[in-house]
Formats: sequence, C-alpha cells, structure tokens
Amino acid sequence: MSTHVLSLLVEDKPGILTRVAALFARRGFNIESLAVGASEIEGLSRITVVIGVEGAPLEQVTKQLNKLINVIKIVELDADQAVQRDHMLIKVKTDASTRSQVLEAVTLFRARVIDVVSDALIIEVTGDTAKCAAFLKVLEPFGIKELVQSGVLAMGRGSKSITEKVLK
Amino acid sequence: MSNEVLTGAQAIVRSLELLGIEDVFGLPGGAILPTYDPLMDSQKIRHILVRHEQGAGHAAEGYASASGRLGVCIATSGPGATNLVTAIADAYMDSVPLLAITGQVGSKLIGTDAFQEADIVGITMPITKHSFLVTNAADIPETMAAAVMIATTGRPGPVLVDITKDAQQGKAEFVWPPKVELAGYKPVTKPHGKQIQAAAQMIAEAKRPVLYVGGGVVRAGANQELLKLAELIGAPVVTTLMARGAFPDSHKQNLGMPGMHGTVPAVTALQKSDLLITLGARFDDRVTGDVKGFATGAKVIHVDIDPAEIGKIRFADVPIVGDAKEVITELNAEMASVLKNTKLDIADWWVFLNGLLERYPLGYNKATDGKLSPQHVIERIGELSGPEAIYAAGVGQHQMWSAQFIKYERPNSWLNSGGAGTMGYSVPAAMGAKVAQPDRLVWAIDGDGCFQMTNQELATCAINNIPIKVAVINNSSLGMVRQWQTLFYNERYSNTDLHTGTDALMIPDFVKLAEAYGCLAIRVEKEEEIDAAIKLAIATNDRPVVIDFIVSRDSMVWPMVAAGLTNDEIQYARDAAPIWDGVE
Repeated sequence: MSTHVLSLLVEDKPGILTRVAALFARRGFNIESLAVGASEIEGLSRITVVIGVEGAPLEQVTKQLNKLINVIKIVELDADQAVQRDHMLIKVKTDASTRSQVLEAVTLFRARVIDVVSDALIIEVTGDTAKCAAFLKVLEPFGIKELVQSGVLAMGRGSKSITEKVLK
Repeated sequence: MSNEVLTGAQAIVRSLELLGIEDVFGLPGGAILPTYDPLMDSQKIRHILVRHEQGAGHAAEGYASASGRLGVCIATSGPGATNLVTAIADAYMDSVPLLAITGQVGSKLIGTDAFQEADIVGITMPITKHSFLVTNAADIPETMAAAVMIATTGRPGPVLVDITKDAQQGKAEFVWPPKVELAGYKPVTKPHGKQIQAAAQMIAEAKRPVLYVGGGVVRAGANQELLKLAELIGAPVVTTLMARGAFPDSHKQNLGMPGMHGTVPAVTALQKSDLLITLGARFDDRVTGDVKGFATGAKVIHVDIDPAEIGKIRFADVPIVGDAKEVITELNAEMASVLKNTKLDIADWWVFLNGLLERYPLGYNKATDGKLSPQHVIERIGELSGPEAIYAAGVGQHQMWSAQFIKYERPNSWLNSGGAGTMGYSVPAAMGAKVAQPDRLVWAIDGDGCFQMTNQELATCAINNIPIKVAVINNSSLGMVRQWQTLFYNERYSNTDLHTGTDALMIPDFVKLAEAYGCLAIRVEKEEEIDAAIKLAIATNDRPVVIDFIVSRDSMVWPMVAAGLTNDEIQYARDAAPIWDGVE
C-alpha cells in the first residue's frame, strides 16, 4: 500500500466534509489523516488528506473527488516538493525522578511544554510524521496518558499557490 | 419583472417555468404545501399527481429517457422524500437528467427530529450528482438554475433541491436570470485533438475492431454520428443494454447486445477483438463478466464524458474525455483523412463473425407446458408496434427478452433500469414517457413481480388520460430469480412463487385489478389470441390497457454467462457452449 498526500481546495459549503469523507468510504479508499480549515480566500477551505491506496489507483481517487461539485482543485503534494507537518499534544506521566529526562527529550526534539502539574506534562510537538513518531517512541516508557494530533498539513514549496488561476 | 417580490414558493414555480419545465410529477404534503399553491395557477406547468412518490421519480426518469429532456419530480419532506430515493439511485446509475424537489421542515426545526423530518440531502449524497439545501427564499432562483444546469450538462444525473418550509414562505426579490457560479464544475465536452488522431490511427491498424456502444451515445444524441462512423470503418457494433436503439438493429453491422444475456456474436466479438472502440460505455460487470478474462487481446479506446469512468475498470490505451457527439464527429473527420477512401482490412474478421451470426442467432425453445412462450409474446408486441414505439421494461427475465426480441431502430425507444435493476420501474416510466411523447405508442412490458410494486400509477394514467399499454408477462413467479434457482440452487424454489397464474391462487387477478383502475383489461392464454389482444391494445386510446399474458414459468433467458465466469464460458442454451473457430 502506498500513501499519498492530497490537498483539496473546496467551497466552504455545508456538508462538504461529509461529501468528501463519504466518497472515500463509498469507493473503498482509506483515509489515514484529514485536516480541514479555512484558506486565504474567503469562502474557500483547504482539506489536506493522506490516503492509503491499495487496489484503486490514485487517479481514481482524484477523479472521483473532482466529480464533487464543491471541490475546486486537487493537488498531490509529493514529500520532496512540499512541506508536511503534524501537530501533536501529548500528556506524559512525570514525577520528580523522570521529569528532567522528559524535558531533555523535549529539548532534543525542539518540542515545547505547555502545561505542568506535579504528576504530568502536556507537550506540543510539530514536525513531519517520522519525527513525531520518533518523539512519541522516546516518551512511551514514561507513560503517555493522552494523545491528540492534527492531521497532516502540507503546502507546496516555492512561491506558487494552489489558489492561483482558480478564481478569475 | 426583475424587481418583483415573490414568495419562495412562487419563485420555485417561476424558476421552473423560466427554465422551460412543462411537466412535473409529484405528490404534496405539509412541508411542500406552500409550493403547491402557486403551482395550481401555473399556465405553463402541468403537474401530474401520482399515487406514490416512487412513481413520480420513475415517471420523471421515463420522461427524460424518452425525450432527452429533464425529468422533474416533487415530494414533501420525510417519507415523501425517502420514497424518491430508489428512483434517484436509479437515475444516478443510468445517468438520467432528473431534478428532485423536496419540501423540508422549517429551518429552525432542522435537527430536532421534527414531524416528517428526514435528512434527505444526507441520505441522497451518494446517489446524486449534487444536492442543495435551501433555507432562504432569496437563494431559490440561483439554486434552481444551478440544479438544472448540473443535472442536464456533462454526464447527466439526478440533482436534489431540498427547500425548507420557511424558505418557501419567505419573500425575496425575484432576479432572473440569476448568476450561477460553480467554480468546481466545468465538464469537458470537446475532445483533445491528439487523442482523436491516436484513436484514428489505432482504428486504421486494427484487424478485429468492435464498436462497443453504451448508453452515453443515447444520452448525447450521437446516434447519427455513430452510424456514420460505423459505416466509414465497417466495424461490427454491439449495443449494451443501455444503448439498445443507439444503432439500428436492422443494420447488418449490428451484432446485438453483449453481456450476461447477450448474443453469442456480440459477446464473442468483444472477447476476440483486438480493439474495443468504447463509446459512452463503462465496462459494467454485466457486460465484462469476470473482468480479468474480458477481451484479453484487445486494446481500448475509451470515450466518456466522465473522466472517472476511464480507467476505472479497464485500462484505456487511448482515453478520450468528451461528449460522445463531439468526439465521434471529430473522429469521423480524422478517420476519413486517415483512410483516404480505403477500407479497414477486416474481411477475415467478418468471415468469422458472419459464421457466428449464422450459427448462433437469437432464438428460444417454445414452451411445452401449454402456456405462452414469453419470448414470442414480446416479439409480437415489437413487431406489431414498430420501431417508433417506446418500450419500458421492469427488471428480470421479461426485461432481457424485451432487450433481445424487440428490434430497436432509434434511440429513446428502449427504457429500462440498467444499472440499478429497479423492479417496478416499468409502469411509472412508461407513464412519464407517454407524457413526454404523447404521439408515440408506449408499452410497459412488465413482470408479475415488478407490476405489483408500482401498478398504483394505473390510477394516475387513467385519471390523467395517459393511455399507456401494459403487457404483464405473467409467469406467476419472480422469474429471473427462479431461473437462477433452477440453474444454481438445485431447483429449490425458495420464495419465488407469486401465485398470480391462472392455475394458481391468482392473487391478485390482474384483469380485475386493471378493471378496478379503469383500464381495458385483457387476459391472453392461447397463442392465437396474442395478436388480436395486442392490436386491440394499440387501438384503444381512451384509457390505459393491461394485458395479462399467461406464460410458462420454465422459459429461461439464453444465452447466458453465469455470474463470476469469463465471457469465454457463454452458454448458448442450457449445457450448450458455442463452438468458436477461425480466430485466436
């Protein structure tokens, strides 16, 4: 199975997320991660979706997405021509004996502590998927009490924008 | 006019009028009541009150399929809307331009589980080309115009417009024409020139080409262009279930229908071909059989208006996105310049195919149980009614026999539920077709199972002077299911006996039922009565006609490729495989 990062420019209409998600489900495509938010243009949203493609080729996925009336543009963002970032919040068990080790890991990974109580820390980390996974692995022995993460966010490198040429 | 203030309900009716809608099928209820009030006053729109919303949906489909125009149906919220779902799904599968308008509970009540509330936009998302929820009267003109544009352009399909009761009751300035902006909708109709050249080159070099013609040719109205192409290159033509009539059956290049119940020549031509010239067809599993073993030696030119169809099932060596009419027109010009008055070198191919046509014509064994042969009945309906008539079938054995034994000479003559396989399609679709084309003879060829699903629309037909003819091919059972039970389930007939035959409980008695609905009702049990009954039906136009043809339940549809097998394993009749020789 290969994974692909697709960036969708969509009209910000009610139900658009349902339409996209339902299409993936109906056509048997696997969503590995999904991130949705406003774009720089009012009325348009940006969806970044990571899909695992097994049987159906990627082309089928993009063609089916293109059939959705509210989807304006679809771009595949290759890892080497785009920046990709995950964002995680991790609640780690700590006590006086382990806190310094955890903080050392935080420094090494350029993560940040954003909440401290006597028996736990909340840490935020940003990076590509591999870095976040590595950080998580380092923290695991201390005891991860809670984990939340955004979907992958991605943007093509260079000065061009996905919204160029879209609107007259 | 542009400064007039209208209620949302008036705006709906006015928009429909301005969009050229002349006929709508529907049934009112609470949430759509505001719209039914101004609808009553419309001089331009004929509303036909159905007896069940599913009937409205299929009627709109039949209307569209017979005429090529948009079909429109209206229902109220909740169950009214959900009753449209089957017809909407059907239209989606068969690319029928359909506009479904539904009332919705007031916008403040949405999400509260209000009386007759259903999330019909959510329910129909996977089976519509697009859908709209309108909660503001001011948005109505633009939404209606956008909905009609989406339904009728590109690959046609169903569009649902769900309008809240308060949007219908609210007031807004009626602005026409509205500004329709659909940034994400730009269907490509004009083909790429390079692809046309590549296709023409590939055709010129083919030794065993086949024109594999699908329903897209009918929807695009490209039959004349197809005829020209076929005669230019001299290749054999197969017309899928959705494309019957896209190419004249009387034409010597027509090999008939391919697929699970296709003719031996059509199935074999695809199977042995070296080039499939695929026009508006989508490699449906009922055509390909086991796709791994389908036409393994063939290259593929695939023409479709929907880019997602290309490469979905079968790799296309030359993909062409575009409207079938535009594509074939350009291909004809290119082909003519490539061939320069020469012909394709396909004489050997025709020798092989003509051998198949001679050895394996369509045929059937006469019933031996004293009942009518269903194939004969259907053949006679076709022969006595002629190619200008419209034939709407239900789903099952009678549908396949109607596709096989009626000779189609023109498009928009054969209506059926191909992709969805919706039992009950026939009677309401025939009704819609008759409304769209009142001067044409319209037959509903139905089964006793299908007929019991939607025959309430006979009331609609009788009351509204829509004189359709219904031929019930009554074998007292769910015939196609029974055929599979005969072939694959050791003749264990689980739940397929419907008891409608004259030697059974005869519940219901279709003659009494039809009479109760104000129809002329005829029962035919003897072969010599068939023609007279059909002629009487054709001559009767003051009310609908129902003929109950009592046919044998042992008659089966042949040829057949059993589900899951490759087309190489086609059976001409039970346990009789055709012999292929000549071409490898």
